[in-house]
Amino acid sequence: MIPTLLGVLILLPILGFLANGSIALFGKRADDNRATTARHPLVTLIGPGVILAAFGVAMALFLDMQRAPERALHLVRYGRWMPVGNLVIDWSLQLDQLSILMVLVITGVGALIHLFSIGYMRNDASYARYFAYLNLFVAFMLVLVLGASYPVLFVGWEGVGLASYLLIGFWFSDKANAEAGKKAFVVNRVGDFGFLVAMFLIWVTTQKLDFIGAHAALGGMAGTPVVLAIALFLFIGCAGKSAQLPLYIWLPDAMAGPTPVSALIHAATMVTAGVYLVARAAPIFSGAPEASLVITAVGALTALFAATIALRQWDIKKVLAYSTVSQLGYMFLGVGSGAYTAGVFHLVTHAFFKALLFLGAGSVIHAMHHAYHHTHRDDDPQDLRNMGGLAKYMPATAAAMTLATLAIAGIPPLAGFFSKDEILASVFARAQGSPLANASLLGIHGSTVLYGAYALGVLTALLTAVYMTRMLLLAFYGSNRTGEAEQEMLHEAPAIMTAPVLVLGALTVVGGWLNLPALIPLGPVGMLEHWLEPVVGSSATRLAGAGHLDHTTETMLVAVATTVAVVGIVIALLRYRKPIADKAHSPVDASVLARAYNVDGLVDAIVVRPISAFANVVLTRGVETGVDRAFSAGGAMLSRTAALVGSKLQDGDVGKYAWLLAAGALALLAALTLS
Amino acid sequence: MISEALIVSAILFVIGVVGVLTRRNAIILFMCAELMLNAVNLSFVALAKMHNVTGHVFVVMVMTVAAAEAAVGLAILISVFRHFGTVDLSSLRTLRG
Repeated sequence: MIPTLLGVLILLPILGFLANGSIALFGKRADDNRATTARHPLVTLIGPGVILAAFGVAMALFLDMQRAPERALHLVRYGRWMPVGNLVIDWSLQLDQLSILMVLVITGVGALIHLFSIGYMRNDASYARYFAYLNLFVAFMLVLVLGASYPVLFVGWEGVGLASYLLIGFWFSDKANAEAGKKAFVVNRVGDFGFLVAMFLIWVTTQKLDFIGAHAALGGMAGTPVVLAIALFLFIGCAGKSAQLPLYIWLPDAMAGPTPVSALIHAATMVTAGVYLVARAAPIFSGAPEASLVITAVGALTALFAATIALRQWDIKKVLAYSTVSQLGYMFLGVGSGAYTAGVFHLVTHAFFKALLFLGAGSVIHAMHHAYHHTHRDDDPQDLRNMGGLAKYMPATAAAMTLATLAIAGIPPLAGFFSKDEILASVFARAQGSPLANASLLGIHGSTVLYGAYALGVLTALLTAVYMTRMLLLAFYGSNRTGEAEQEMLHEAPAIMTAPVLVLGALTVVGGWLNLPALIPLGPVGMLEHWLEPVVGSSATRLAGAGHLDHTTETMLVAVATTVAVVGIVIALLRYRKPIADKAHSPVDASVLARAYNVDGLVDAIVVRPISAFANVVLTRGVETGVDRAFSAGGAMLSRTAALVGSKLQDGDVGKYAWLLAAGALALLAALTLS
Repeated sequence: MISEALIVSAILFVIGVVGVLTRRNAIILFMCAELMLNAVNLSFVALAKMHNVTGHVFVVMVMTVAAAEAAVGLAILISVFRHFGTVDLSSLRTLRG
């Protein structure tokens, strides 16, 4: 039964993609009667329908696994993909505790976002194309988390990259959007290179590419340079997909896509694929403590770096984008320090509250856009300076967004508090006496790295509380800056959009119950920890050792985290009390934070411009001209010369023919005699 | 005996070659070509005496082919003469290389 269900699970979104894609291609053109024909009823049924059905299948699988947890690992082989010599790769899926968790998040949050999209995209001329891409994304994401070997995972990995590219550039008639898609694709390519090299190394070392076989073989080689190299190259792949330093630059630009896409792909699921991969490859990373320290350090630095940028962004989606980069840094802080459960836990809770924040922002942008559209005013519907006081017009959205802001800031007992606290506590616990702390990174003691990462994590928590409260205050509270005439038009989003937001709000409240710490026993303790134990337990122990925090330290850490969150919120409340001017009356914000440290300019100067200069000067003017000369002008010259010689040989002078004949005969004779 | 015959054959052949290469009159050229064929025939006959009868067979073959060739060649020459009014090959150059 499991093989059939798994197959159906992946086939459902693929069928949705095919159906919606056909409607987009062959359906009635949207132009003739715009709003009504664009919203094809079949698309509305199929698009979200298949994802809801997939969620149902995932629930069935989950319940089945729960009945017999000791047999929860299922390997299903559907056929042979690549038999090349002794390299044989199968189309095989692996269902275990980690992958079902990811599947539930993808299909569950995915279904809610699909439902929201019905409202958000209802007037878009490419309604069917939108759902086709969204279904395609879910299909590839499921392949990514269900693949039983690195190559199959890579199929999903590249597939979600494609879907992401298509959806970022969804409104491709605007050049900036198309370029944002291109940028995402190219930057991800850098990470994929690392992933590919890691796969080659795994194959060369172990002659295996399936998770179970390769991990078993590499487990016995812990500490060797080759395992370290594999881990580091894998992490390059993760850093690309999950937007870590220095490959994060594509994610803020990815906000060019429709907002539900940002919620699904660039917050809840695809960008967490890197975190999933580290957890999946935990046996490799735990065999290379240095690599784990690298991940911890990169995660901590990314978290802080992106959080500082988020402090001064004015575009509501940019704030959330940098916030996502920062929270992804947190997840890597967790999985890097061997707290795989904590990292994955934060992945899940983040999927809830960040999807909520993006969908809420979508509702806001939707309302703002309509208001401006109605009065024919050409202003930025995404700029926080044009919002303010929206809580009056959109009470449900405002309530949900406030909840999610408190959650991401780390206020108990919301989901974000538990997951963030667990990451910080785990890092702190491992900083003393664990195998990870005894390793060293570039001469720096592991213990120092971990304490440093903890400090950065706490500082990031403070900044998170500040920038999220700032965003909330600017958008929903204070006085409205949208405009006199526009205020009349601001209204709450339709039920199809608010309902998913409210469901996510509920999940944001109860999400923390998934993995309650022993310190705060509000229900069953450590459910997720227990659930993921068979997958990542041994690897986590290998890095963490037996060390455990005592009760007092743990209470102190919780107190620190909560205090920091409250202080951050208070700072923002004090700082953004005063009314501000709307965008048209504000000077251009040229601060270094608003320009995101000008990293894009730096990349442009270091990478893009040298390459395009090289392309212009050497390739276009040098190589291309040379090749043109050699092959077109040169070819013409060659045939003309040959023609000239040939025609001189056949000018009708029989005497010449005779001479040549005689000379040829002599030459033949000479050759035969002399040899 | 054989070597003398071969020497005569070689001399005849070279005369034929030189004739073909230097003369421009098509009839002379034709006769020189026949001379070359017959020089070869002579060496065939001489060598047949040394080895076996195959040489004789070849001579008969060559004579047959030469007769056919002469017929065709002379026919061409006649139509060339009718067309151009001459059989001087150096003036028969309508191709422009």
